[in-house]
Amino acid sequence: MSQTINQTLQLADTCLILGQRNSEWCAHGPILEQDIAITNITLDLIGQARNFYQYAATLISKNENKNITEDTLAYLRTEREFKNFLICELPNGDWANTVLRQFFFSCFQLLLFEELEKNSDTQLAAIATKSLKEIKYHIKWSSEWVIRLGDGTEESNNRINNAVQQLWPYTGEFFMPADYEIISVSSLKEKWLQSIKDVFDEATLTIPQNIFMQSGGKDGVHTEHLGYVLSELQYLQRVYPGAEW
Amino acid sequence: MNIQIRKFYYGDIPEETGGNSSSSNASNETGWPLWEVFIRSKQGLDHKHAGSLHAADAQMAIENARDVYTRRQEGVSIWVVESKHIHATNPDEAEMFYEPASDKVYRHPTFYDLPDEVKHM
Repeated sequence: MSQTINQTLQLADTCLILGQRNSEWCAHGPILEQDIAITNITLDLIGQARNFYQYAATLISKNENKNITEDTLAYLRTEREFKNFLICELPNGDWANTVLRQFFFSCFQLLLFEELEKNSDTQLAAIATKSLKEIKYHIKWSSEWVIRLGDGTEESNNRINNAVQQLWPYTGEFFMPADYEIISVSSLKEKWLQSIKDVFDEATLTIPQNIFMQSGGKDGVHTEHLGYVLSELQYLQRVYPGAEW
Repeated sequence: MNIQIRKFYYGDIPEETGGNSSSSNASNETGWPLWEVFIRSKQGLDHKHAGSLHAADAQMAIENARDVYTRRQEGVSIWVVESKHIHATNPDEAEMFYEPASDKVYRHPTFYDLPDEVKHM
Protein backbone atom coordinates (compact mmCIF):
# COMPACT_ATOMS: atom_id res chain seq x y z
CA MET A 1 0.00 0.00 0.00
CA SER A 2 2.71 2.48 0.99
CA GLN A 3 4.53 1.63 -2.22
CA THR A 4 1.53 2.67 -4.32
CA ILE A 5 1.08 5.81 -2.22
CA ASN A 6 4.70 6.87 -2.67
CA GLN A 7 4.60 6.11 -6.37
CA THR A 8 1.41 8.11 -6.78
CA LEU A 9 2.85 11.02 -4.81
CA GLN A 10 5.96 11.02 -6.96
CA LEU A 11 3.85 11.27 -10.11
CA ALA A 12 1.71 13.99 -8.54
CA ASP A 13 4.64 16.05 -7.19
CA THR A 14 6.47 15.87 -10.49
CA CYS A 15 3.50 17.17 -12.46
CA LEU A 16 2.70 19.84 -9.88
CA ILE A 17 6.20 21.28 -9.58
CA LEU A 18 6.79 21.37 -13.34
CA GLY A 19 3.35 22.91 -13.76
CA GLN A 20 4.14 25.51 -11.12
CA ARG A 21 7.42 26.36 -12.86
CA ASN A 22 5.80 26.61 -16.29
CA SER A 23 3.05 28.79 -14.87
CA GLU A 24 5.68 31.45 -14.15
CA TRP A 25 5.60 32.10 -17.90
CA CYS A 26 1.95 33.14 -17.74
CA ALA A 27 1.80 36.71 -19.11
CA HIS A 28 5.57 36.64 -19.75
CA GLY A 29 5.68 34.39 -22.85
CA PRO A 30 7.68 35.55 -25.87
CA ILE A 31 4.50 36.13 -27.85
CA LEU A 32 0.82 35.95 -26.95
CA GLU A 33 0.17 32.70 -28.83
CA GLN A 34 3.09 30.90 -27.14
CA ASP A 35 2.17 32.35 -23.78
CA ILE A 36 -1.17 30.59 -24.16
CA ALA A 37 0.54 27.42 -25.40
CA ILE A 38 2.81 27.07 -22.35
CA THR A 39 -0.05 28.00 -20.04
CA ASN A 40 -2.21 25.27 -21.60
CA ILE A 41 0.56 22.76 -20.95
CA THR A 42 0.74 24.04 -17.38
CA LEU A 43 -2.96 23.41 -16.94
CA ASP A 44 -2.59 19.90 -18.35
CA LEU A 45 0.20 19.15 -15.85
CA ILE A 46 -1.70 20.55 -12.89
CA GLY A 47 -4.76 18.56 -13.98
CA GLN A 48 -2.62 15.40 -14.01
CA ALA A 49 -1.20 16.32 -10.60
CA ARG A 50 -4.72 16.72 -9.21
CA ASN A 51 -5.76 13.27 -10.45
CA PHE A 52 -2.76 11.67 -8.76
CA TYR A 53 -3.16 13.69 -5.54
CA GLN A 54 -6.84 12.79 -5.32
CA TYR A 55 -6.00 9.13 -5.69
CA ALA A 56 -3.16 9.35 -3.14
CA ALA A 57 -5.46 11.19 -0.74
CA THR A 58 -8.03 8.39 -0.99
CA LEU A 59 -5.40 5.75 -0.30
CA ILE A 60 -3.84 7.61 2.62
CA SER A 61 -7.20 8.45 4.16
CA LYS A 62 -8.19 4.80 4.05
CA ASN A 63 -4.82 3.59 5.26
CA GLU A 64 -4.37 5.96 8.17
CA ASN A 65 -8.03 6.56 8.89
CA LYS A 66 -7.61 10.31 8.47
CA ASN A 67 -9.30 12.87 6.30
CA ILE A 68 -6.64 13.81 3.78
CA THR A 69 -7.46 15.78 0.63
CA GLU A 70 -5.52 16.70 -2.51
CA ASP A 71 -4.95 20.14 -0.95
CA THR A 72 -3.36 18.66 2.17
CA LEU A 73 -0.86 16.84 -0.01
CA ALA A 74 -0.01 19.76 -2.28
CA TYR A 75 -0.01 22.56 0.27
CA LEU A 76 1.06 21.08 3.57
CA ARG A 77 3.99 18.81 2.81
CA THR A 78 7.60 19.94 3.19
CA GLU A 79 10.53 19.80 0.78
CA ARG A 80 11.84 16.49 2.09
CA GLU A 81 8.44 14.93 1.49
CA PHE A 82 8.26 16.00 -2.16
CA LYS A 83 9.40 13.28 -4.54
CA ASN A 84 9.50 15.19 -7.82
CA PHE A 85 12.46 14.88 -10.22
CA LEU A 86 15.06 17.60 -9.72
CA ILE A 87 14.71 18.76 -13.31
CA CYS A 88 11.17 19.98 -12.60
CA GLU A 89 12.17 22.36 -9.83
CA LEU A 90 15.05 24.06 -11.66
CA PRO A 91 14.46 27.72 -12.51
CA ASN A 92 12.94 28.27 -15.96
CA GLY A 93 15.93 30.07 -17.44
CA ASP A 94 15.23 31.33 -20.94
CA TRP A 95 12.67 30.03 -23.44
CA ALA A 96 15.17 27.51 -24.85
CA ASN A 97 15.73 26.09 -21.38
CA THR A 98 11.99 25.87 -20.72
CA VAL A 99 11.06 24.14 -23.98
CA LEU A 100 14.01 21.73 -23.76
CA ARG A 101 13.07 20.69 -20.23
CA GLN A 102 9.50 20.13 -21.38
CA PHE A 103 10.79 18.05 -24.27
CA PHE A 104 13.06 15.88 -22.08
CA PHE A 105 10.33 15.43 -19.51
CA SER A 106 7.44 14.77 -21.90
CA CYS A 107 9.43 12.15 -23.83
CA PHE A 108 10.09 10.35 -20.55
CA GLN A 109 6.53 10.81 -19.36
CA LEU A 110 5.22 9.23 -22.56
CA LEU A 111 7.28 6.07 -22.05
CA LEU A 112 6.47 5.93 -18.35
CA PHE A 113 2.74 6.38 -18.82
CA GLU A 114 2.63 3.81 -21.62
CA GLU A 115 3.90 1.34 -19.02
CA LEU A 116 1.64 2.72 -16.30
CA GLU A 117 -1.32 2.24 -18.60
CA LYS A 118 -0.71 -1.53 -18.44
CA ASN A 119 -0.40 -1.59 -14.65
CA SER A 120 -2.73 -3.70 -12.54
CA ASP A 121 -3.67 -0.64 -10.48
CA THR A 122 -6.66 0.40 -12.54
CA GLN A 123 -6.84 3.92 -11.16
CA LEU A 124 -3.22 4.72 -12.07
CA ALA A 125 -3.75 3.06 -15.44
CA ALA A 126 -6.82 5.19 -16.11
CA ILE A 127 -5.03 8.43 -15.22
CA ALA A 128 -2.17 7.42 -17.52
CA THR A 129 -4.54 6.75 -20.41
CA LYS A 130 -6.21 10.12 -19.97
CA SER A 131 -2.89 11.96 -19.71
CA LEU A 132 -1.25 10.32 -22.73
CA LYS A 133 -3.29 12.40 -25.17
CA GLU A 134 -2.00 15.55 -23.52
CA ILE A 135 1.57 14.30 -23.36
CA LYS A 136 1.66 13.50 -27.08
CA TYR A 137 0.81 17.11 -27.82
CA HIS A 138 3.43 18.37 -25.36
CA ILE A 139 6.05 16.35 -27.21
CA LYS A 140 4.92 17.63 -30.57
CA TRP A 141 4.97 21.23 -29.37
CA SER A 142 8.26 21.08 -27.50
CA SER A 143 10.16 19.00 -30.07
CA GLU A 144 9.26 21.45 -32.81
CA TRP A 145 10.63 24.26 -30.64
CA VAL A 146 13.86 22.33 -30.04
CA ILE A 147 14.28 21.87 -33.79
CA ARG A 148 13.33 25.47 -34.53
CA LEU A 149 15.88 26.83 -32.07
CA GLY A 150 18.64 24.32 -32.79
CA ASP A 151 18.38 24.67 -36.55
CA GLY A 152 17.61 28.39 -36.39
CA THR A 153 19.90 31.38 -35.98
CA GLU A 154 23.30 31.51 -34.31
CA GLU A 155 21.68 33.11 -31.27
CA SER A 156 18.94 30.48 -30.97
CA ASN A 157 21.43 27.67 -31.52
CA ASN A 158 23.66 29.03 -28.75
CA ARG A 159 20.76 29.27 -26.37
CA ILE A 160 19.47 25.75 -26.96
CA ASN A 161 23.03 24.40 -26.70
CA ASN A 162 23.44 26.12 -23.35
CA ALA A 163 20.16 24.60 -22.27
CA VAL A 164 21.39 21.13 -23.26
CA GLN A 165 24.53 21.61 -21.15
CA GLN A 166 22.53 22.84 -18.16
CA LEU A 167 19.75 20.27 -18.23
CA TRP A 168 21.47 17.09 -19.35
CA PRO A 169 22.91 16.27 -15.87
CA TYR A 170 19.33 16.15 -14.58
CA THR A 171 18.03 13.62 -17.11
CA GLY A 172 19.77 10.62 -15.53
CA GLU A 173 17.42 10.69 -12.56
CA PHE A 174 14.51 9.57 -14.76
CA PHE A 175 16.12 6.14 -15.05
CA MET A 176 17.54 5.64 -11.54
CA PRO A 177 15.06 3.39 -9.73
CA ALA A 178 13.65 4.38 -6.36
CA ASP A 179 12.62 1.57 -4.02
CA TYR A 180 8.92 2.44 -4.25
CA GLU A 181 8.67 2.64 -8.03
CA ILE A 182 6.30 0.15 -9.62
CA ILE A 183 7.67 0.63 -13.15
CA SER A 184 11.13 -0.52 -14.13
CA VAL A 185 12.36 2.90 -15.21
CA SER A 186 15.89 1.86 -16.17
CA SER A 187 14.44 -0.17 -19.02
CA LEU A 188 13.00 3.00 -20.58
CA LYS A 189 16.37 4.63 -21.10
CA GLU A 190 17.23 3.29 -24.54
CA LYS A 191 13.90 4.29 -26.05
CA TRP A 192 14.12 7.72 -24.46
CA LEU A 193 17.62 8.31 -25.81
CA GLN A 194 16.45 7.32 -29.26
CA SER A 195 13.56 9.76 -29.22
CA ILE A 196 15.90 12.54 -28.06
CA LYS A 197 18.45 11.62 -30.72
CA ASP A 198 15.89 11.72 -33.53
CA VAL A 199 14.94 15.28 -32.66
CA PHE A 200 18.50 16.39 -31.85
CA ASP A 201 19.66 15.16 -35.28
CA GLU A 202 17.11 17.35 -36.95
CA ALA A 203 17.95 20.22 -34.63
CA THR A 204 21.71 19.84 -35.33
CA LEU A 205 22.35 19.21 -31.63
CA THR A 206 24.54 16.53 -30.07
CA ILE A 207 23.87 14.47 -26.99
CA PRO A 208 26.48 15.13 -24.27
CA GLN A 209 28.61 12.12 -23.31
CA ASN A 210 30.00 10.99 -19.95
CA ILE A 211 28.24 13.58 -17.83
CA PHE A 212 27.79 13.13 -14.08
CA MET A 213 24.10 12.70 -13.34
CA GLN A 214 22.38 14.44 -10.45
CA SER A 215 19.83 12.55 -8.37
CA GLY A 216 17.97 12.67 -5.08
CA GLY A 217 14.63 14.22 -5.94
CA LYS A 218 12.80 10.91 -5.94
CA ASP A 219 13.84 10.39 -2.33
CA GLY A 220 13.17 13.94 -1.21
CA VAL A 221 16.71 15.30 -1.45
CA HIS A 222 16.31 18.43 -3.51
CA THR A 223 18.20 21.39 -4.92
CA GLU A 224 18.03 24.73 -3.13
CA HIS A 225 15.36 25.81 -5.62
CA LEU A 226 12.46 23.68 -4.41
CA GLY A 227 12.10 25.60 -1.15
CA TYR A 228 11.44 28.80 -3.04
CA VAL A 229 8.92 27.11 -5.32
CA LEU A 230 7.05 25.66 -2.34
CA SER A 231 7.08 28.86 -0.31
CA GLU A 232 5.28 30.61 -3.16
CA LEU A 233 2.99 27.67 -3.91
CA GLN A 234 2.05 27.03 -0.27
CA TYR A 235 2.13 30.57 1.08
CA LEU A 236 -1.60 31.09 1.35
CA GLN A 237 -2.39 27.81 3.10
CA ARG A 238 0.54 28.28 5.48
CA VAL A 239 -0.42 31.82 6.46
CA TYR A 240 -4.19 31.32 6.43
CA PRO A 241 -4.68 27.62 7.22
CA GLY A 242 -7.86 26.25 5.71
CA ALA A 243 -8.49 29.38 3.64
CA GLU A 244 -11.02 28.88 0.86
CA TRP A 245 -12.25 31.03 -1.98
CA MET B 1 6.34 49.97 -24.41
CA ASN B 2 5.57 51.03 -27.95
CA ILE B 3 2.05 49.92 -28.78
CA GLN B 4 0.86 50.23 -32.32
CA ILE B 5 -2.67 49.64 -33.43
CA ARG B 6 -2.97 48.77 -37.07
CA LYS B 7 -5.89 48.09 -39.29
CA PHE B 8 -5.20 45.06 -41.43
CA TYR B 9 -6.32 44.81 -45.02
CA TYR B 10 -5.86 41.76 -47.17
CA GLY B 11 -4.68 40.54 -50.51
CA ASP B 12 -5.02 42.92 -53.36
CA ILE B 13 -5.05 46.12 -51.34
CA PRO B 14 -1.89 48.05 -52.17
CA GLU B 15 0.76 47.74 -49.49
CA GLU B 16 0.94 51.46 -48.80
CA THR B 17 -2.70 51.48 -47.69
CA GLY B 18 -2.69 48.02 -46.18
CA GLY B 19 -1.37 47.55 -42.68
CA ASN B 20 0.47 44.34 -43.16
CA SER B 21 2.78 42.46 -45.40
CA SER B 22 4.84 39.63 -44.10
CA SER B 23 7.44 39.94 -46.82
CA SER B 24 8.26 43.62 -46.78
CA ASN B 25 7.89 44.65 -43.17
CA ALA B 26 7.61 42.86 -39.90
CA SER B 27 4.04 42.24 -38.82
CA ASN B 28 4.93 42.49 -35.16
CA GLU B 29 7.97 42.64 -32.98
CA THR B 30 8.93 39.03 -33.66
CA GLY B 31 8.60 39.44 -37.39
CA TRP B 32 6.21 36.52 -37.71
CA PRO B 33 3.52 36.78 -40.40
CA LEU B 34 -0.17 36.98 -39.72
CA TRP B 35 -2.44 33.97 -40.34
CA GLU B 36 -6.21 33.65 -40.63
CA VAL B 37 -7.80 30.81 -38.71
CA PHE B 38 -10.88 28.84 -39.74
CA ILE B 39 -12.50 26.39 -37.34
CA ARG B 40 -15.02 23.65 -38.00
CA SER B 41 -17.05 23.39 -34.84
CA LYS B 42 -18.39 19.93 -35.57
CA GLN B 43 -18.51 17.34 -38.31
CA GLY B 44 -20.76 18.33 -41.17
CA LEU B 45 -20.56 22.07 -40.59
CA ASP B 46 -18.44 24.53 -42.54
CA HIS B 47 -15.16 25.97 -41.38
CA LYS B 48 -15.84 29.46 -40.10
CA HIS B 49 -13.44 32.33 -39.67
CA ALA B 50 -12.41 32.42 -36.01
CA GLY B 51 -9.76 35.13 -35.98
CA SER B 52 -6.12 35.66 -36.73
CA LEU B 53 -2.77 35.10 -35.08
CA HIS B 54 0.98 35.26 -35.60
CA ALA B 55 3.16 32.26 -36.35
CA ALA B 56 6.49 31.51 -37.99
CA ASP B 57 5.17 28.78 -40.26
CA ALA B 58 2.01 26.84 -41.10
CA GLN B 59 2.66 24.12 -38.55
CA MET B 60 3.08 26.66 -35.77
CA ALA B 61 0.02 28.52 -36.98
CA ILE B 62 -2.10 25.37 -36.64
CA GLU B 63 -0.76 24.69 -33.15
CA ASN B 64 -1.23 28.30 -32.09
CA ALA B 65 -4.76 28.14 -33.42
CA ARG B 66 -5.34 24.94 -31.45
CA ASP B 67 -4.10 26.65 -28.29
CA VAL B 68 -5.80 30.00 -28.81
CA TYR B 69 -9.09 29.09 -30.49
CA THR B 70 -10.01 25.52 -29.52
CA ARG B 71 -9.14 25.36 -25.82
CA ARG B 72 -12.81 25.41 -24.90
CA GLN B 73 -13.73 22.63 -27.32
CA GLU B 74 -14.68 24.99 -30.10
CA GLY B 75 -13.49 22.78 -32.90
CA VAL B 76 -12.77 19.47 -34.58
CA SER B 77 -10.81 20.79 -37.54
CA ILE B 78 -8.59 23.80 -38.19
CA TRP B 79 -7.58 25.55 -41.40
CA VAL B 80 -4.99 28.29 -41.49
CA VAL B 81 -4.00 30.49 -44.38
CA GLU B 82 -1.44 33.24 -44.39
CA SER B 83 -3.36 36.50 -44.44
CA LYS B 84 -1.46 37.83 -47.44
CA HIS B 85 -2.96 35.07 -49.58
CA ILE B 86 -6.49 36.24 -48.97
CA HIS B 87 -7.93 38.41 -51.71
CA ALA B 88 -10.46 40.87 -50.48
CA THR B 89 -12.60 43.72 -51.64
CA ASN B 90 -11.34 47.16 -50.89
CA PRO B 91 -13.42 48.97 -48.28
CA ASP B 92 -13.13 52.14 -50.36
CA GLU B 93 -15.11 50.43 -53.11
CA ALA B 94 -17.88 49.23 -50.88
CA GLU B 95 -20.32 51.74 -52.37
CA MET B 96 -20.13 50.43 -55.93
CA PHE B 97 -19.83 46.83 -54.84
CA TYR B 98 -22.67 46.48 -52.40
CA GLU B 99 -25.06 49.37 -52.46
CA PRO B 100 -26.60 48.73 -55.91
CA ALA B 101 -28.26 45.64 -54.42
CA SER B 102 -30.03 47.57 -51.74
CA ASP B 103 -33.01 48.74 -53.85
CA LYS B 104 -33.67 45.45 -55.60
CA VAL B 105 -36.05 43.82 -53.19
CA TYR B 106 -37.51 41.71 -56.01
CA ARG B 107 -34.43 39.53 -55.78
CA HIS B 108 -35.79 38.14 -52.54
CA PRO B 109 -38.34 35.41 -53.22
CA THR B 110 -41.11 37.16 -51.33
CA PHE B 111 -43.43 37.97 -54.24
CA TYR B 112 -44.93 34.56 -54.75
CA ASP B 113 -48.26 33.31 -53.45
CA LEU B 114 -47.47 30.01 -51.84
CA PRO B 115 -50.08 27.29 -52.00
CA ASP B 116 -51.30 26.33 -48.52
CA GLU B 117 -50.06 22.77 -49.05
CA VAL B 118 -46.46 24.03 -48.98
CA LYS B 119 -45.86 24.45 -45.32
CA HIS B 120 -42.25 24.87 -44.49
CA MET B 121 -40.96 27.70 -46.68
